[in-house]
Amino acid sequence: MSESIALTSTPRSVGTVSSLATMIGRCIRLTRRDVDAMIMSLMLPIMMMVLFVYLFGGAIQTGGDYVTYVAPGVLLLCTAWGAAQTGVGVASDMTNGIVDRFRSMDVSGASLLGGHVMASIVKNIASTVVVIGVALLIGFRPKADLLGWLSAAGILVAFILAMSWLSALVGLLTKSTDAAASFAFVMMFLPYISSAFVPIHTLPSWLQGVARNQPCTAIIESVRGLLLDRPVGDHAWIGLVWSGGILLVSVTLAAVFFQRRAD
Amino acid sequence: MLQGVDIGVRKGSVFALLGPNGSGKTTTVRILSTLTSLDGGEAKVAGFDVTRERRKVRQRITLTGQQAAIDKNQTGAENLYMMARLSGLSRAGAHERARYLLERFDLTEAGGRRLGTYSGGMARRLDLAASLVSSPSVVFLDEPTTGLDPRSRQALWGVVADLAASGLTVFLTTQYLEEADRLADRVALLDGGKVVAEGTPDELKERVSGQRLDLELADRDAFETVLGLLGDRIAEQDRDLLTIGVATDGSAHRVRSLLDEVDPDRDRVAKFSIHSATLDDVFLALTGRTVPDAEAGEVKETAGV
Repeated sequence: MSESIALTSTPRSVGTVSSLATMIGRCIRLTRRDVDAMIMSLMLPIMMMVLFVYLFGGAIQTGGDYVTYVAPGVLLLCTAWGAAQTGVGVASDMTNGIVDRFRSMDVSGASLLGGHVMASIVKNIASTVVVIGVALLIGFRPKADLLGWLSAAGILVAFILAMSWLSALVGLLTKSTDAAASFAFVMMFLPYISSAFVPIHTLPSWLQGVARNQPCTAIIESVRGLLLDRPVGDHAWIGLVWSGGILLVSVTLAAVFFQRRAD
Repeated sequence: MLQGVDIGVRKGSVFALLGPNGSGKTTTVRILSTLTSLDGGEAKVAGFDVTRERRKVRQRITLTGQQAAIDKNQTGAENLYMMARLSGLSRAGAHERARYLLERFDLTEAGGRRLGTYSGGMARRLDLAASLVSSPSVVFLDEPTTGLDPRSRQALWGVVADLAASGLTVFLTTQYLEEADRLADRVALLDGGKVVAEGTPDELKERVSGQRLDLELADRDAFETVLGLLGDRIAEQDRDLLTIGVATDGSAHRVRSLLDEVDPDRDRVAKFSIHSATLDDVFLALTGRTVPDAEAGEVKETAGV
């Protein structure tokens, strides 16, 4: 028995791709088993959709069917909040002994955080599909062709990716699941100060500048335009630049701080 | 906080770092396992420098810390499979390794259950199993039995003994003299970031009397008199409870003569009891004072494993 405890193989490095794949598998499994979080991430967007369409919908004039106006907004709200949950899992790993083991096994930060981010993308795509389904059921009537759908999906996935990395960075820095959860809550409010739920010109004038120039507006307007087959103008690339910028900064800082925390 | 840790560990042996909370045990283990960097001195593990050859060290070591490094929401088998994949085994190899380790650590039946359902001892065994997927040559165990019930502790001792028998080098920290005694080939006693004694358990025990005689005195006068008679041989005293602890080897002869010495008229000592030396006693014997607080200081150390 004892000779088998020590394998005879020589030590070897594991490629980042292989360890990333293992970490993605781990995070997806953990996400799937966190039943509370799973129910919440599906229920919250559906509740928001129903709330806006049936409770506030009658009072909001957007020039057209409100469900069609608001569905892309709820979509964004759900992805912003869902992606921002990524940090909770990262913070939990940071506070528990597992990060030391991964580190002493030479698992890179890219694999560890990347696993959380990829699992977040999978989870958020799933809940986005559910939200779209519910929206269609209650009267959302998009006019997009396949290209429009794919472009809108691309912009949303880029946003999910960027927000997930940003959230992973927050989890890494705060090392507190509570702090990471609070961050997700703050991110959920970002879409409110945009054109997600009401047209910007109905906001107080001092807020209009903020709303016009924050990433959610560009992303929401491009997704809305693409799904309703309207011109999107500069919104699409501005949205992508925002996502790309957030992604770049978050990944860079995450890499720096993951290394530093090893010291 | 470490200021003088100069230790060498022979390949294939079990080394125990013994010390109270705050003495620098965990810091030493974190430095040797590359998790904390060294800001002075030098340390080599498995022949490689922990600073310059961090990656090579990491490929040859494994650390089981005080916190369980496993996922509560994965099953035992899934945790082991994941760790095996991360350490470079093929899919088939990883499944085989997970199955073997579960069997080896007596967890085969529990393998399909999530960690959340495990008892403390089972979780600790799985944690240790997870640290062995990669066939390390040096195993670091930071207080492996802290918080375990006596039966689980016994089981874990058996596992550590088997690891050593299979040729691995084991470096463990502990607060328990008994544990160091049972497991280790060599023991270093750490105090305020300094190694104050090092040797085989027998060598250390020769410097410390293995037993302690606790006297409960009849009254305040008797307490003061005995205090004066024993002087610096006293290991512990409690003025309120009227108790005095004295180091002894536990032999009937010594105990009898000690009692005769302090209580010739047989009216001062109300009760006595004898028990094994505690870490406090070892400290008293080797440092001349009771368990200290952690001391801050400059890091300067050399270590080799």
